[in-house]
Amino acid sequence: MKKVIEVKNLVKSFNSKIVLNGISCDIESHQVVCVLGPSGSGKSTFLRCLNRLEKPDSGEIQILDRAVNDHEEGLNFLRKEVGMVFQKFNLFPHLTVVENITLSPIKVLKLSKKEATERAEALLEKVGLSDKKTAYPNQLSGGQQQRVAIARALAMKPKIMLFDEPTSSLDPEMVGEVLETMKTLAKEGMTMVVVTHEMGFAREVAHRILFLDGGQIVEDSKPLEFFNNPKNERTRLFLSKIL
Amino acid sequence: MDFRFEILLEYREAFLHGLWMSLQVSVWGILGGLVLGLILGLSRQIKSTESKKDFVFKLFLRGPSLGYITFFRGTPLFVQIFLVHFALMPLLVHPDSGWLISGELARVIKQEYGAFLSGTLALILNSAAYVAEIFRAGLQSLDSGQEEAARSLGMGYGPTMRYVLLPQVFKKMLPPLGNEAIMLLKDSSLVSAIGLAELAQTARTIAGTYSRYWEPYIAVSIIYLVLTMGLAYLVSRLEKHYEKSDRS
Repeated sequence: MKKVIEVKNLVKSFNSKIVLNGISCDIESHQVVCVLGPSGSGKSTFLRCLNRLEKPDSGEIQILDRAVNDHEEGLNFLRKEVGMVFQKFNLFPHLTVVENITLSPIKVLKLSKKEATERAEALLEKVGLSDKKTAYPNQLSGGQQQRVAIARALAMKPKIMLFDEPTSSLDPEMVGEVLETMKTLAKEGMTMVVVTHEMGFAREVAHRILFLDGGQIVEDSKPLEFFNNPKNERTRLFLSKIL
Repeated sequence: MDFRFEILLEYREAFLHGLWMSLQVSVWGILGGLVLGLILGLSRQIKSTESKKDFVFKLFLRGPSLGYITFFRGTPLFVQIFLVHFALMPLLVHPDSGWLISGELARVIKQEYGAFLSGTLALILNSAAYVAEIFRAGLQSLDSGQEEAARSLGMGYGPTMRYVLLPQVFKKMLPPLGNEAIMLLKDSSLVSAIGLAELAQTARTIAGTYSRYWEPYIAVSIIYLVLTMGLAYLVSRLEKHYEKSDRS
């Protein structure tokens, strides 16, 4: 399979505290990769470096065969191809659900309003929120907001989707609906990098698990192996705490 | 103490004229300050991920706007009015050597509208500095996730600002902008120092003529109070309107 993300020796520190300490990995297309690890292990920072919401101190990232650097047009191109879903949804509160989804397709992809709306409606149907088109984000539950956020990212027709703890700020009863949506996406062959604490999702959906600790990848294996027969001592410790 | 109403009645046209002048100076000051302030605020914020471009922004936009804001917030409006009227204006508009306008037109402008133009310009320049700061505070109060979400969808700096951040900032800016407008309305009385016949100047004329102080100054106080209360009411209506239309 084709490599769509190539990371070499990524280093990032905040105020002289090293968060990522030499991360290297390749991710192939149509793979679902779950990034696990204790809090503070650098999972989110790693993900945010991938679409340059965070600027690495050193190291190289190639996405879809293009180097990720400071060049603004390159960045805007990259971000069109790489969708991102945030822990706190980050929907635009002043826009309706449909406007949230159509804004970027209209302004960036230059779709007509009609085309963009049709695309948005199809996506809303897919995430099961066709009846919420004209609602404002704060009229929706957390789970609904996150599904709109997924639809918003998908409306750009990205080749890769990044999920930054997409269920961590949800009430427990809403986690399922968001994970279902993500499972559907995975089945359709979307390349996904998911930072998560949902072990069930990782076990069931992931093709591969990266386990981060102390800013390094300490384990990189298939889910079955990861959960049943972890190689690394720190992985065992982590799993013994949460399972 | 006797209160001589007839003095106020006698000068009612002067009061009306002064009121009209104060209103004009204030409205132009508020609108001009808003426009210039937003331009300043935007140029103070503009950034780029490319270090070369960012350096250019810093040198030509961020640096100068910071200097401007520092000067106009750090010096008295009273002094600024004099600077504009007696130093800046003669440089720009002068019968012999105006940089912008010279000749007969310059003479007419100076005679007919000199104090009005200087006063209005000083108020615009001053309030723009405050509006820029209000804008900055508003931007900072927005969740950083809003910008990140917009950028992650491929929107550049311009579209992110225009379609995502600005609409939200305006709502946050409304209360402090209302304050600024009220301050400006009151501070417009300082323009009387360069001889513009607005409300405060009218009061001073009456006081000078009759050596009476209660009547004219109580009268203008009441007029200013009505104006500022009206403005405050307008702002609160606007805030409620936004709350309703936005529901966020």
